[in-house]
Parts: sequence; C-alpha cells; structure tokens
Amino acid sequence: MEIDNEVILNIAELAQLEVKDEAISKYADKLTAMLNLVEAMQTVNTDNIEPVSNPLDAIQVMRDDEVTEENLRDEYQAIAPEVDAGLYLVPRVVE
Amino acid sequence: MSHSEEWEVVIGLEIHTQLSTQSKIFSGASTQFGAEPNTQACAIDLGMPGVLPVVNAAVYRKAVAFGLGIGAEINKRSVFDRKNYFYPDLPKGYQITQLESPIVMGGQVEIVLNDGSSKLINVTRAHLEEDAGKSLHENYHNQTGIDLNRAGTPLLEIVSEPEMRSAEEAVAYARYIHQLVTYLGVSDGNMSEGSLRCDANVSIRKYGQQELGTRTETKNVNSFRFLEAAINFEVERQIAILESGGRVVQETRLYDAAKNETRSMRSKETATDYRYFPEPDLLPIVIDDAYIDAVRAEMPELPAQRTGRFVEQYKLSEVDAALLSSNLELANYFEEVTAICGDPKPASNWIRVELLGLLNRDDIAISQSPLSSAQLGKLIQRILDDTISGKIGKQVFEALWQGIANDVDEYVEKAGLKQVSDSGELEAIVDKIIADNPGQVEQFRAGKTKLMGFFVGQVMKETQGKANPKQVNALVSSKLNG
Amino acid sequence: MTDLHSKTIKEISADLEKGAYSSKELTCHFLERIERHEPNLNSFISTFPEQAIALAQQSDEKRKAGSSGALLGIPIAHKDIFCTKGQRTTAGSKMLENFVSPYDATVIENLNAAGTINIGKANMDEFAMGSSNEHSAYGNAQNPWDLARVPGGSSGGSAAAVSAGLCAAATGTDTGGSIRQPAAFCGVTGLKPTYGRISRYGIIAFASSLDQAGPITRTAEDAAIMLETMAGYDPKDSTSIKQPVPNYSANINNSIEGLRVGVCKEYFADGLDRDIEAAIQNAVKELEKLGAEISEISLPNTKHAVPAYYVIAPAECSANLSRYDGVRFGHRCEDPVDISDLIKRSRSEGFGDEVKSRIMAGTFALSAGYYDAYYRKAQQIRRLIKDDFLQVFNDVDLILGPTTPSPAFKIGEKSNDPVSMYLEDIYTISVNLAGLPAISVPAGMAHGLPVGMQLIGPYHSEAKILNAAHQFQQATDWHLKSPALAGADKTGGS
Repeated sequence: MEIDNEVILNIAELAQLEVKDEAISKYADKLTAMLNLVEAMQTVNTDNIEPVSNPLDAIQVMRDDEVTEENLRDEYQAIAPEVDAGLYLVPRVVE
Repeated sequence: MSHSEEWEVVIGLEIHTQLSTQSKIFSGASTQFGAEPNTQACAIDLGMPGVLPVVNAAVYRKAVAFGLGIGAEINKRSVFDRKNYFYPDLPKGYQITQLESPIVMGGQVEIVLNDGSSKLINVTRAHLEEDAGKSLHENYHNQTGIDLNRAGTPLLEIVSEPEMRSAEEAVAYARYIHQLVTYLGVSDGNMSEGSLRCDANVSIRKYGQQELGTRTETKNVNSFRFLEAAINFEVERQIAILESGGRVVQETRLYDAAKNETRSMRSKETATDYRYFPEPDLLPIVIDDAYIDAVRAEMPELPAQRTGRFVEQYKLSEVDAALLSSNLELANYFEEVTAICGDPKPASNWIRVELLGLLNRDDIAISQSPLSSAQLGKLIQRILDDTISGKIGKQVFEALWQGIANDVDEYVEKAGLKQVSDSGELEAIVDKIIADNPGQVEQFRAGKTKLMGFFVGQVMKETQGKANPKQVNALVSSKLNG
Repeated sequence: MTDLHSKTIKEISADLEKGAYSSKELTCHFLERIERHEPNLNSFISTFPEQAIALAQQSDEKRKAGSSGALLGIPIAHKDIFCTKGQRTTAGSKMLENFVSPYDATVIENLNAAGTINIGKANMDEFAMGSSNEHSAYGNAQNPWDLARVPGGSSGGSAAAVSAGLCAAATGTDTGGSIRQPAAFCGVTGLKPTYGRISRYGIIAFASSLDQAGPITRTAEDAAIMLETMAGYDPKDSTSIKQPVPNYSANINNSIEGLRVGVCKEYFADGLDRDIEAAIQNAVKELEKLGAEISEISLPNTKHAVPAYYVIAPAECSANLSRYDGVRFGHRCEDPVDISDLIKRSRSEGFGDEVKSRIMAGTFALSAGYYDAYYRKAQQIRRLIKDDFLQVFNDVDLILGPTTPSPAFKIGEKSNDPVSMYLEDIYTISVNLAGLPAISVPAGMAHGLPVGMQLIGPYHSEAKILNAAHQFQQATDWHLKSPALAGADKTGGS
C-alpha cells in the first residue's frame, strides 16, 4: 500500500503532530514500510474469528460508588506548565 | 408566512444526563457540583501518566434502571470504547464512551402534547460515557482556564429516533426524559447545573420526501425554553436557506440565548475521524438476568404509575394528577402536604392555583419554594379545622411566602387572625349590621336576594375578615328570612 | 566486598541477615560502581545517591529492630517507566523531562514496602518503543559485554545495570519482548508474567493490552523472589488478575523429571543465528538430562505475530500518548500562539522520531476505512495465535526456543531499517499477544555475546517456568558469567 504525502498530513493532523515539509516523505517511507510488513495479515483467513481485546478474555469487576480521592490540587498543579486561581491556562479556545 | 404545508421538520434529540452518583464513572473523585476549580479532579481525571479507569457499579445500575424505565433491551455484554480527539477539556485526548455495544438498546417514550394528544417516540439507544471538563474564558484576555472537576462525571447519552416533527414534540420528549430520570433517581435533573443537556439534530425536507435533509446539530441546550427557541430558529434558518436555493451545511451549532439565534461552532470539525476502538484498560461488563431483576425490584414508581395512583388514591382528575406528578419534587410536595392536612382536594387546589402561580411568576423551582410542604400543610389544616377562614388563609400564605411568617400557628396568634366562630359574638354583629342598614333589609325582603352578599360583606368588614363565613351566611340568612 | 555486585538477592539477603555487611555498605558499593561505569554504560537516567543511602540506613535500623524479609535492604533499579513519587519519571522521553510524579506505581509501592532500596531510574527506549535503547532522549545505553553494541530494549538500561553489577536486580516492562530480549542480549534473567499478574497502575502506558511489568535479575530464583512482591491483584487496575500470589520460591527446587517441553519448529527457520541455534540445542540436551521430555511442536501462526503486533501496539499507543498535550504536565512549547499550536508543537518537540512514527502508524490503522483491515484483523489474528498456544499446551507443559534470532547487534546497525529491528522481536511478540508468561535465561554464547533461551508457559504457570529455569541454572553456569567491564578496579574485580 502506498502512502502519499497527503495521507501523512491528514494523519499528522489527527494525531496533532507537526510534520515539517522535509520530513513528510521520511514518514511516508516509514509508514509504507510498516504497512508492507503488515500486509501479510491479509492472507490469513479470519472468518468468524472473534477479535481479542483482553488476552485472558476476562470480564470487568466494578467498584463501589464511594468518594475515595481527596483534594490534591496543589500537588498536581505544582508540576503544571501554567495555572491561575486553580485553573489550567491555555491559549484562548474559541468555540 | 406559513411553512408548515410545504416543509416537514425532522428532529432527533441526544440528551446527556449526568448520573447522580457520589463518585465519578471511572475514578473515586467526588461529583459534587460547585467545588473550587480542580479540587475534584484526581490523577485519573487529569489523565496523568500511568493511571487507569475502573467502572463505578452504581453508574451501571442507574443505566440499567433507565433502560427498564423505557422498556428497552438491556445489553448483557457491554463494552467501552475510546473516542479519540484533542481538546483541552479532554485530558486523555480520548473520551471513554460506548459505540458498538451500548448498555441500553431501543425503548419507547410516550409524550403528551399541549392539545392532549399523545405520541410514541422511539429511543434508539442509551450509552454510558464520561463528561469532559469546562473551559472558562471570562476572566482571561488571550487565554482560557480549564477546570477538570467535571471531567469523569458519569453521563448517560440518550439518543432518540428522528421522529419528532416540531419543537413542541421535542420539548415534550425532553420533559418526559427529565421527569423519568428524576423519578428513577438516575439523575438529579438540575438543568441549571448542567445535569441534563440536549443536543438537537434538526433537518427539513419536503413533505412526502423519503430521504432526510441535511441536518445540523445544536449542542448543549440546557433549558426547555431554549430548546424550543433553538429548534424554531434552526427550522426558520434552514427553510430560508432552502427556499432561496441554497444548501444546508452539516455542522455543529450553539444556541446563543442572549441573541436568540444559533451559530456555527468554529472549532469543532464535523468530519473528525474519531478512530473508535475498544477500551483496552477496561474489560467487557457482563450482567445476567438476576442482576437486571435486582435493579427492577429496586426501581421506584414511574411517573405514569404515580399519576395513576394520584387519580386512584386521591381521587384527583386526570389533568390535576398529571400536573401534580409532572415533576418528582412537586409530586413529593403534594403528598407531604396531603399527609399533614389530611385532604388531597384543598392540597391540590392550593398547590395548583396559589403556589404554582407564584412559583411560575417568579420563575422558581418547587425545590426553592419559600413555603415548605410542612408550612402549607399546616395552613390548610388550620383552614379545615376552622381556626382560620379561607380568606385569612390567603393572607397567611402571602406572609409565609414573603418570609414574614414562619410558623402558621404563631403568626395567626400574633396577628390575631383567628376566625371568629362564636355564634353569640357573630349574632350580635349580624344584628348590628341589619339594624344599621334598614334600607337594604327592605330591598332584600322585597326580592333583591343578591343583597345577601352585601350583608355578609359588611359582617366580614366589621370583623376584618375573621368571621366564619359559613356561620355568617347562615345567621344573615335566618335573620333576614326569618 | 569486591564481588558483592555478582551476588544474587538470595545470597545478599542471607549476608545481611548474618551481618556480613550492612545494606548501607552494599548500597554505597553499588553507587560507587555506578559512578565508575555509568560514563560507559549510560544505564541510568536518574540516580538518587542521598536518598538511597538514607533508605539503606533505615533498612539496617529496621533489621536491627527485628524486621526481616527476602527483599529488605536490597538495592534495585527501576525502569524509568514506573512512576516514583517525588522523583523525576521520564519514560525515556523529553516530553516528561521535568515530570516529577505525584504518586507511586503500585509495583513501586509493593517493592518499597518490602524494603528494597530504589537506587535509580533506568534508561529505556522512549515510551518503551524500541528494541535497542537507541531511542532514548537521554542517550543510548550500552551493552556491558561490548560497549559498541546495544543492550536491547526497551528495558535496556535495566538489563545492562544488572548485567554490569550496578544493582542487585531491576524492574522492567515487556510489551513485545522488552524484558526478555534485553535480558538475553545482556546475559541476565528476565521474566514477563501472565498479563494482569502485575498491576499496570502507575506504569506509563505504551500498549495497554500488551504491557506487563517483570523482574530482571541474575537468577531465576531471584526472579521468583521479586515476582512474589511485585505480583498481586490491584483494584486500581481493571485488567489485574484476582488470583492469589503463590509462593514461587517454594516450588523452584522441585525436580523437572517428566516435564514435557515442546521445541517450536517455526522458531528454527532461516534468520536464526547458527551459534544461537547450537546453544539452544545444547540447552535442550541439558533439560533432557534433568528428566524433561522433549518433543517438537508447531505454532503455525508465529509468522503473523509481528505484523499483528505492529498494528495493535501502535494503535493503542497512539491513543495512550494523546494525553501529552502540554496542558497539565510535561513539556510545553514556548509562546504558543493558539491552542492548536500549543498541542502540536509541545507534542512534536517532546516526542522523538520513533514515537512519532508509531503514533502515526497507529493513527492510520484506526482511521476511517482502515479499522477493519488493520486493527480488527490484527485482533483476530491475535485470537489465532492465542489458540495455537492453547492447543499446544494440551500436549506440553512449556515451550522452549531462542529468545532472539541474533545476539546483540551493533549500535546504529538497525537505525535506518526499522522493519529489520521489528523482526528481532519475532520469538517474543506472540507471547505478549497471547498474554502468556515467559522467561529468558542465559543459555550460551554466540560470537562472544550472551544467548538467551526462552521458556513459555500457559496462563498462571510462573511457578513451573521458574522451577524449570532454576533447575537449568543449577545444572549450567551461563548465568554466572559476567562481562569484563572497562575501568576494572585494581583488585581485579570488575
């Protein structure tokens, strides 16, 4: 499968990664190589095979509805890039 | 300009309701409204490196209860999925939601319209997901402040079939869902706090056209009034576009209450690829019939059941019963008042006429009523036991509403409002009125029986309204006729 | 004192009990070795000399007051993927260069409670993506056996540190072989338990359905000791197994007479280094001498494991790494002009090339129109691989094979050929896809470099695997060999 530059730009946008013009073809090559590797999968017959999400096919154990977390805002925000009055600050988001 | 002959309106609603659990859907942080920013956002809610979600059992029970409440099929094996997109109020860069296997599938709601007719609306599905945080712009010039307290609050997203054909129907549906979720204890339904938000999908087509027109989605409408206005605006807007030969753009819009219009949301791309895949940090939730039966056994009375009981038990009319059970708090209020005063009829009248009148005028919810059910109950009780007259009752009601009075008995005592029922005292007053108004007495005896009202009125005036009206009527009648 | 660093946890613990030396002395010894050898090895991203000595001191005091325990006072390194409270935790990435974790991973809590001394955070491939530790933002790690070669990855620093005697043991994580392959390349023992056996809470996520923590040690016996403390149900991890943790050490001395061992024929195809093949065949003979019954088995879907993995792992990681957006922690770019710039530039500056490539690949595999052909297909193949194993385990107790197709390659040799790097994982990857437990133990030498033998067992068979590995190590001495490090001290020890 051939990956062209436009595909790379679209994926980069979805993944919110900057791809400089010089790097586009490098990523395209890498992605093409990876996809060639995985093309082999298409030869395998997987009709009626149930996909695996959890290797042990286990089921969820739910927890009780209790408040178990205390307010650790100061600790968590000590490592934040920019905060003010308890809020995380980012450039203006326009809706 | 009537469009209704040409254009058919097609509306589907997606209602997000916050589930009233103590803790969040995937973490043990509190869900309480109104806390200081980010004081209820734990490491899991913040999407810190290495953290993992664990499902809250109460969230699941409530979702199942809702499903049972609309007669839906409960999915016994349900999986969570990741919905991937970037937004600063979405800490992990993905929302944990349910795509392929929602907990609730199908279901039906009966809505009642203003003309009394009813219509069945089908529900497509309802699924669980986590709420995002909030973006605050007001205090900042070039920046936005992110509060993640709300991130991780459990949401049930209820999706209707696009079967509504007017804003009225959409509002009726939304009201019913609101009523149902509050009745079930699934949500507190507090719309001003964001507990219930509606996304309206609106499109237009020519009558008879099979395919649906292009729809727009107006998001996050949090009141029924705004919902109605937003839908009506959208309908007009889309009709105007189509009639002028244009095409409706499929997009996400927001309703601006101040300007009473919807506008396009600039930052959300309608065609974003969300790359859903099953959430690998959570396992499938598998429940059995015993689980479902247990939830069913614990379900409280549904609105329709309560309305029926009000008719049965309290002998109210269908209309009055429907009104009094229209919202859970009001229904509880009515039953509390009735329990105290012992008679559902006056309870119903006072609530429907006097109380709701003032609540609606001042746009206050029953839960914020200045008069408690205990106070109103006591007031009605004192009217029924003849301590005060109905007219005085209204005065006391007003005093309670204003906050001038707190306890009915205390106020009646202090203001000297007790009904005068002493027949000797009343008789003396009646005699005096009769003696003072010989002309009217003659006219009455000559046939102007309407003057009864005059005499009764005078007695009431003389007693500052405290005379027992029944007794006064009887006395005046006997004195004048006898 | 000079050969302290060659001792096992078991031996050290006995010495500490006897009072032969103190934990403080031992810790200082390791710290001194770290200082001496780190310039050549670069196994650590962070070390905590003062904290470590203080902890060791406390540990000695506790022991005097009557405490004991198999791990009390033992200095260990932690792959820098485990969140350690109050300490820098980078996952080998610039993105988390200044991330001081506000909490401890469950595994760290367990090991701390057992009295281990955290001597430092080990180097690794960025976000665990790599098989050579060449993709670290903090420089390559080197293989102690040959400084021009890679130690393997992604737990390269952990394996190298144990191999070079810079700590008594280390923790690692394994998503496609990241414990076992570096253990093989560095001549040490590395165990990946059953998926869910060890809590993932606090482990910086790479591929959620594949990641599993495990011990890297000098011996299988030590791995058993570490596993007993690391393992256990954690309600904070929904994928955590609710089974009780057995006493793994109690079983290791059992005879393996009658143990049915399957040798997988697909593993001995072209591409396997001849010397490695020979070493493995010798290892098979050793097991036979111990009473094991050897048979040939087949895992026909082995060749599809690598493609399936290279869809699933990038897909899951592409989502797991979306939280790194410069908003709440981690790297933020300077002077962002708008929110999109903030997110894109912070991510692009913080992530290395390999990580970006994998995120893009994963994003592609999940994107509209490709999900069924790639992601869903890979998960279906995963079912086939799992079923292959379950089928085979009807007839054998353990599966044996080489851990890697070749010994440690030269630094830079595979940098421009990522696919060839990916094929290094061919023997280890299917184990992660199936979620099975497996160990790599030293089993020979190839061209002067260590060779690893892999034993794979059914779900929850860690006790059996450790038993077989221990018996093998009683009968052989590959695990006792140590690299001759440059900068040896005058007494001849290194």
